[in-house]
Amino acid sequence: MEKTEYVLKMDNIAKQYYGNRVLKGVDLAIKPGEIHALMGENGAGKSTLMNILFGMPVIHSTGGFEGTVEIMGQPANIDSPIKAMDYGIGMVHQEFMLIPGFTVAENIKIGREITTPNLLSRIIGPTLETLDFEAMSRDARKALKTIGLQIEDYIKVAGLPVGYMQFIEIAREIDKTGIKLLVFDEPTAVLAESEAERLLEAMRVIADQGIAIIFITHRLDEVMAVADSMTVLRDGEFVARKEIKDTSVVDIAELMIGRKVEKLVEEEDEDNRVLSDENVAIQLRDYKVDMQGERVKGIDLDIRRGEILGIGGLAGQGKLGIPNGIMGLYPAAGTVTVNGQVLNLDKLGEALRHKIAFVSEDRRGVGLLLEESIEQNIVFSALQTNNRFLKKVAWMQFYDHKSAGRHANDMIGQLDIRCRSSRQPAGRLSGGNQQKVCLARALTLEPEILFVSEPTRGIDIGAKKLVLELLTKLNRETGMTIIIVSSELVELRSIADRIAIVSDGRLACILKPDDSDANFGLAMSGAWKKGGEEES
Amino acid sequence: MTESITNSRVFKGLAKFGLPRIIIAAFFLLLLFGTAVLDLGVTSALGNCISRWGMYGILALAMVPSVQCGVGLNFGISLGITTGLLGGLISIQLDIANNPALVAISPTFAVLAAFLAAILMACFFAAVLGYFYGLLLNQVKGSEMTVTTYIGFSMIAFMNIMWTVLPFKSGTLIYPNAGRGIRNQVSLDSSYKGAISNILKFKIGSMTVSTGLILFFLFMCLIVWLFMRSKTGLAMSAVGANPMFARAAGINTNKMRLVGTMFSTVLAAVGIITYSQEYGFFQMYNAPQMMGFISAAAVLIGGASPKRATIFNVLLGTFLFQGIMALGLPVANQLFPGTSLSEILRILISNGIILYALAQTKGGGSRE
Repeated sequence: MEKTEYVLKMDNIAKQYYGNRVLKGVDLAIKPGEIHALMGENGAGKSTLMNILFGMPVIHSTGGFEGTVEIMGQPANIDSPIKAMDYGIGMVHQEFMLIPGFTVAENIKIGREITTPNLLSRIIGPTLETLDFEAMSRDARKALKTIGLQIEDYIKVAGLPVGYMQFIEIAREIDKTGIKLLVFDEPTAVLAESEAERLLEAMRVIADQGIAIIFITHRLDEVMAVADSMTVLRDGEFVARKEIKDTSVVDIAELMIGRKVEKLVEEEDEDNRVLSDENVAIQLRDYKVDMQGERVKGIDLDIRRGEILGIGGLAGQGKLGIPNGIMGLYPAAGTVTVNGQVLNLDKLGEALRHKIAFVSEDRRGVGLLLEESIEQNIVFSALQTNNRFLKKVAWMQFYDHKSAGRHANDMIGQLDIRCRSSRQPAGRLSGGNQQKVCLARALTLEPEILFVSEPTRGIDIGAKKLVLELLTKLNRETGMTIIIVSSELVELRSIADRIAIVSDGRLACILKPDDSDANFGLAMSGAWKKGGEEES
Repeated sequence: MTESITNSRVFKGLAKFGLPRIIIAAFFLLLLFGTAVLDLGVTSALGNCISRWGMYGILALAMVPSVQCGVGLNFGISLGITTGLLGGLISIQLDIANNPALVAISPTFAVLAAFLAAILMACFFAAVLGYFYGLLLNQVKGSEMTVTTYIGFSMIAFMNIMWTVLPFKSGTLIYPNAGRGIRNQVSLDSSYKGAISNILKFKIGSMTVSTGLILFFLFMCLIVWLFMRSKTGLAMSAVGANPMFARAAGINTNKMRLVGTMFSTVLAAVGIITYSQEYGFFQMYNAPQMMGFISAAAVLIGGASPKRATIFNVLLGTFLFQGIMALGLPVANQLFPGTSLSEILRILISNGIILYALAQTKGGGSRE
């Protein structure tokens, strides 16, 4: 066996899902004892690459992948997660896979318990062998000591702080014999700052023992602090592999965002809007939203009347929490002032009464009644909020099918919703057309302020363009204030007047669409140091 | 060839109708055929089908609001049923049907007044009880169907005690010879038996049709249909279909679920009184225990799911289910004398169809 330099070498990996190429020839190479950062925006292909490395069924049930994987210089055929484990590849999950009612030691040794035979097991089989708790505790303590976690191994996991759970998860992985490569998938996302620091130290310790680490993260400062080298992906393409000592934060930020600002929308109409910092439509002060996975932790922001404001940021940083909290879908706190009036955040439907409409990012979950007709979907909110599309019979009011149908057909024409008729169930439409139905419902409310969340997620390029053009047109012609929340920086930069970047539940900064890629990259990665946020 | 068959309009129509309904409908026709062959009197049997349709219809209708508001199949309609019985008993205790002043206007009018009084009182009790029932169901989102079943059974048990201790005095209600407690079966002969069934009643040969009963049933269907097209009704349906969607439109989901549960309970109360005036007795104590299952089975046979139910499901399902019950008894007794096969059939079909429908629904659990 020739001596190899790399623990893992993935060459020219390509993968397509149903004709959609998500990885286009990606290389990845990691040396023993090296901490290698894998970076890229959401959807850059990081998770697909990791799924391939772990032989996840989702890869093999969709036609496998192209390219080669070598482990310790030997070609490896990883077609199941168990194979990956046999090769010594471990993963520290983002959401903890721990059993609360078990002790620390039991959680670390689960699935690999140390057992001794007894009478019953000799008769029935090895599943009934006695657990050797002492040996298991010994192993657990050793693993915990390696990563420097001061905790008794007999404590139950339930009720431990999040940071501890993460460490137990790591301890479980390194306790596996023959572990060569450990993947950390955004391990610091759920940790407090001090915990995160300890984790980075632990990673260093693990790496010093010769275990290679793949570190997936969005935080540039962490990469600079611990990683030895890094690979950047963008849109499924391999961008660069660099040694950390040869690069800088600004470099990495630029690599991640890339120069790809294309105008998605042609500016047709003249822009004769007058925007001023005094004329504010919505004012947020110390605004917090408790939305699982998209927590907003205190934002001050003024949205000017008549502007298109983009809200960007990476997934899980809190940008989606902003509109959901205002609409009352998730518990929110702080002061929200709409046109000078304070919004009662505890009262459902309050935002609607202030002429704010919302198109949800979760089209099928929140945005639509999938089994109801397009007509129902379009008129529903306006019917409930503004009592439209009702006809009076005696003292009672009933659904007015005629006017609702007329309006629905109007909207179908206006927004070019491709359907057989307005009575077709909304769930049968394609993603783009469903999005237009959601937009139609919001517009039926005749709002002054429109929140659109991930307007182009999961729809094709043609529909994307149409939706963005429509938003621009609404803004220019009716003076509607539009707030677009999107993970796609490109679309924000193509239509927004200003772009607020949210990072870790706070406002990182407000950028102009033509600011440099480096600035956007820095802001999104939480490395933005100037601007309003002071260091804590 | 096969392609043209599968593409044909008839096939598509049948596919939409659904396999369980095709089987049940075929079984219904088979029983009808059996009745004719065994010479058991097809016309009277059909009359029987129709009156059972009217009797059980409103009870099945009670499933519609609860399903539409997202609570699911309300196996606890026994709550509404007991309040219905309570209202009915009070009306008898007050002896409204024999009130001289009302009888003076017209005996039929007095009977109708007694019936209406029973319904109004029952509705009041049902609305109050349904409110608290709804509050409870809002606390157990995701496992409503289990909870409704337990609540239904518990309510029956609780009312079994109440029937023995409530201070009813009327001789038609309590056990004779200075006994205590309500009788097992309370006869409505002296009060409002046939109060609406006898309206416009007609006979064709040996077939009796209770026109008034059917009209009243259809009238209740119309009320529910209209409600479903009102602002509140539409909001309620949206809550059942997608609670997050409804919240995004500013609708208080808990309030709508409360409305649906109350409406369902009230309909059950009206349903049992309508049922009893046709039957001629109030069946007390454990008798209503399985009503929830019979009603749920009926709408499910009609094509409803635990998430969606329409008036059409009620009309079709009740007719098929009760039709099989009505025809099954004489046919089974003729073919297998001395067995209680029809009772077994009822349990098999009602529990079987409930199991089938629950197995068909994917996922489950509420989204909140």
